[in-house]
Amino acid sequence: MVFEYAPAPESTKIVNLKSNYELFIGGKFVKSKAGSNYKTINPATEEVLSEIVEASEKDVDEAVKAARKAFKSWSKLTGSERGKYLYRLARIIQERSRELAVLESMNNGKPIRESRDIDIPLVAAHFFHYAGWADKLDYAGLGKNPQPLGVAGQIIPWNFPLLMLAWKIAPAIAAGNTVVLKPAETTPLTALLFAEICQQAELPDGVVNIITGAGATGKFLVEHPDINKVAFTGSTEVGRLIAQTVAGTNKKVTLELGGKAANIVFDDAAMDQAVEGVINGIFFNQGHVCCAGSRLLLQESISDDFLNLLYERMKTLRLGDPLDKNTDIGAINSAAQLAKIKELTNAGKSEGAEMWSAPCDIPNKGFWFAPTVFTNVSLSHRIAREEIFGPVLSVLTFRTPDEAIEKANNTPFGLSAGIWTEKGSRILEVAHRLRAGVVWANTFNKFDPTSPFGGYKESGYGREGGRHGLEPYLKAGK
Amino acid sequence: MLKDDPLVLPSILRDATNSDSALKKFLNGLSGVDKVGVEERVAKLGTRSIKTTAKAEGIDLSIRMIDLTTLEGMDTKGKVKSLCAKAKRPDPLDPSVPSVAAVCVYSDLVGIAKENLIGTNINVAAVATGFPSGRVSLAAKLQDTADAVSQGADEIDMVIDRGAFHEGRFLDIYDQIQAIKHTCGAAHLKVILETGELKTYDNVKKASWIAMLAGADFIKTSTGKVQPAATLPVTLVMLQAIRDFETATHRRIGMKPAGGIKTTKDAMKYLVLLKETLGDNWMNPNMFRFGASSLLNDLLMQRQKMKNGAYSGPDYVTVD
Repeated sequence: MVFEYAPAPESTKIVNLKSNYELFIGGKFVKSKAGSNYKTINPATEEVLSEIVEASEKDVDEAVKAARKAFKSWSKLTGSERGKYLYRLARIIQERSRELAVLESMNNGKPIRESRDIDIPLVAAHFFHYAGWADKLDYAGLGKNPQPLGVAGQIIPWNFPLLMLAWKIAPAIAAGNTVVLKPAETTPLTALLFAEICQQAELPDGVVNIITGAGATGKFLVEHPDINKVAFTGSTEVGRLIAQTVAGTNKKVTLELGGKAANIVFDDAAMDQAVEGVINGIFFNQGHVCCAGSRLLLQESISDDFLNLLYERMKTLRLGDPLDKNTDIGAINSAAQLAKIKELTNAGKSEGAEMWSAPCDIPNKGFWFAPTVFTNVSLSHRIAREEIFGPVLSVLTFRTPDEAIEKANNTPFGLSAGIWTEKGSRILEVAHRLRAGVVWANTFNKFDPTSPFGGYKESGYGREGGRHGLEPYLKAGK
Repeated sequence: MLKDDPLVLPSILRDATNSDSALKKFLNGLSGVDKVGVEERVAKLGTRSIKTTAKAEGIDLSIRMIDLTTLEGMDTKGKVKSLCAKAKRPDPLDPSVPSVAAVCVYSDLVGIAKENLIGTNINVAAVATGFPSGRVSLAAKLQDTADAVSQGADEIDMVIDRGAFHEGRFLDIYDQIQAIKHTCGAAHLKVILETGELKTYDNVKKASWIAMLAGADFIKTSTGKVQPAATLPVTLVMLQAIRDFETATHRRIGMKPAGGIKTTKDAMKYLVLLKETLGDNWMNPNMFRFGASSLLNDLLMQRQKMKNGAYSGPDYVTVD
């Protein structure tokens, strides 16, 4: 081999991990009242990073009380005063971006290139964006002087730990709410570092409370009677339970759930860029992306040529140490997720689809799955219908634009979709007919704080981001 | 030898060059290039971190890939002589530094360069065909090429007729390249597209195909006289065209970005692009060249730094 890249690991020295973390309630790290502890690990090495509290019902109650207390004064602050705090948070996030990126990669398994170039810059961008909204709520399209709802209970997933925190916390507190946020069980560490940043920014006590734990803790939070708003990003399964729990209460809900997005490549697409877009669509963040382009819909006339290009490109993907700056594919976040990916890929094989994986050395420790493509997939196969949430692409073909649209829409989900064609009129027509919350044309997985994001059908309801992202956190004014 | 006979093409490609309209149709049938996508891909590859052993290897490989160039109206025999000395032994203090691939000069200076490179493996490349604008008659282009070849040029760097390209006279460009190729004889032909005057990536892709179909051994971005000269996205588009051409014909065409590549960091980015697009078969001076002059000194300074642990500065490399 010529010009083999030497290891280029990002140093972990910048991160000051504590051996254990407490709950962040009322501006302080406090001991749990009754919760037990669990260990959080690095999924690339299975090494224990720290010990975390599994918050009890009593802890959740304390956190909600602290948020309720803070709401009284926080909601009375002028928008520009609240905005100052958000700007401060955004700037500290930028200043400490390397530390946050390294910690995110350690706890999540995602490549440092992504946490450094995508996750953390977007986190700061979200706080900046909503900092700007704090004193302009009259212009959010919700009438004059819209009012905050109160205390928001927020539950976020493990795929973009800090980014999902930003999506939840920034609009909520900009609008004058206070929050109790539960990070995912497997990825609590950047949320806890964010708690330290709240202290550093001298954010008033109780405006942001971070409680760690698993499903039970989340359930306590959702069921808590003094919560005014529930915001959840995660699986459709849990989303359904949450919807049932809050039904009949006054709690407002937004749910951002699963997806099974179609990435449609027409015969007149710019081939190399479409290949790149398909790669980015499904292998970004190991495919742990709710809006991942997990179904490739390929026009039959180009399918052989396209797949050859795709396979060749996939052979260059570099799987391994998430902290190495040249890594493209990091670790699967947990043993449980890896088991789920394996279960579904085994189902794909047994249902008769053909599996191809990029040749790569799988490290001995940690959780890994090679980038994989299934061909000969039918819409009835589980791998074409269920969200795999891993680096697995299912390829289907189509003959006409109508057929492409029909197949793309034939899913219980409707979060995102992609269109690849050099023909502008086709983009407009197809986008119009796709039932998906986000449609990308000649690009994929593009995120921007100014752009609303959310789904149709079983992908959830409510929008996050942009002006639309304020609506779930405000009562309309006069 | 397939490579030496440009006429041995699969029938579908032979048919494409039968007439002006056939060639136009063929070129318009190539898939488009999305500007945003190309530039994003390049930006992403630009984050590759090349350290320690990879950097050391990349520096030496880059030196071996350089066409050390002087293309000034004020070029003299003396200038070419000293350039040849530098080409042979880039760092007088360090004999472990490899020689460059070639010295690139105007055609009237080929003899001087040849003389000063006797006994080495360093090639002499001559720019020809009315370089840099190409605005002379075909007869003059052929004469220019024949002169350079008769003086012993191992490689000819020709320019295409960009005016013809913008007029849509693709077959004229094709015919001219074929004629020059014929005049080259055993000399290798690099075809300069002057991408800074083609403007769009779609045009770059089309021009790459015309050159490859017509028998280019290498395709080259720029003369260095037009801005922008070589860029990473343009290079990626050309590398992908080379890959597609290999898929269609089993012929491997070389690539030469030229102009504006000044730093070791730049060079590493080109090597990354090359490695991750065409792979190891292209990672050698037979298949890839840098058209550059100042790049060599930066590579030498970085090499010294890696060896001695300290940056020496421009007074410790020669200005030739």
